[in-house]
Amino acid sequence: MGNDVNIGYLTLSAILFGVGAIGLLVRRNALVMLMCIELMLNAVNLTFVTFGSMLNDITGQVVVFFVLVVAAAEVVVGLGIIVAVARRRPGATADDLRVLRG
Amino acid sequence: MTGTVLAAAPVYLPQQIAFGLIAVTMIVAAIRVVTTKNVVHAALWLIVVLAGVAAQFIVLASEFVAVTQVLVYIGAIVVLFLFGVMLTRAPIGKEVELDNEPAQRVVGAVVALFLLACMGYVLADYFGGRKLELNGKVVAELGGTTAQISDSIFSTYLVPFEVVSVLLLAALIGAIVLARRD
Repeated sequence: MGNDVNIGYLTLSAILFGVGAIGLLVRRNALVMLMCIELMLNAVNLTFVTFGSMLNDITGQVVVFFVLVVAAAEVVVGLGIIVAVARRRPGATADDLRVLRG
Repeated sequence: MTGTVLAAAPVYLPQQIAFGLIAVTMIVAAIRVVTTKNVVHAALWLIVVLAGVAAQFIVLASEFVAVTQVLVYIGAIVVLFLFGVMLTRAPIGKEVELDNEPAQRVVGAVVALFLLACMGYVLADYFGGRKLELNGKVVAELGGTTAQISDSIFSTYLVPFEVVSVLLLAALIGAIVLARRD
């Protein structure tokens, strides 16, 4: 790998992040919103690996490893919450969670 | 700004072609994830995006994270999503309730497009035609990156590694508590 700025990868990451953000704001099914969060996390991972490759630094890949673990934990807890909500109110959307407000 | 080493850095044509093909596939799949009306289809399109990210990691010569990406994301997280679809009894098939109201949708799309435009401006403004300066570390010639990743994780980043394992344990216990019938 050279050390030119690899603008293509950075642009791809930005586009993926933006598409994920659009989905997160437009969707209201909690499952699909979680998928969009995964999309955004993947875009960030791609940025980390790109910079690690451009800077010849291994830390980019180490950070990706940590992001992966945190993403797995986030999905596990998120799906637990979604399943718990769906058990009490079948067909609930993210908007319906406003009943949680005290 | 930089030495002659950086000026002589080649641009590999096969890498560029592979990048372009995978990138187009990923963008199309990502757009399908956020536009499809079917939860299961969204999960399946997500697999395409995640596999594309893994392929880009391989193009960037980062084989360890590529394999981990396939194992953790495609092997575990997407399967979890499909289990979630099953457990929440989300309608399999077309569903119109997946999106917000039209007004909220427009506002959300405008905000996200503004975010995208900001990122594009920053990229073009800061990185357009610029070269990065190295900080003296050269890792590519030492034969494979996996050994260096493990060295780095288990020496420099040992404490974060332990913290992350505790986080995984907490997530495990939290998921059990949340999913328990009581």
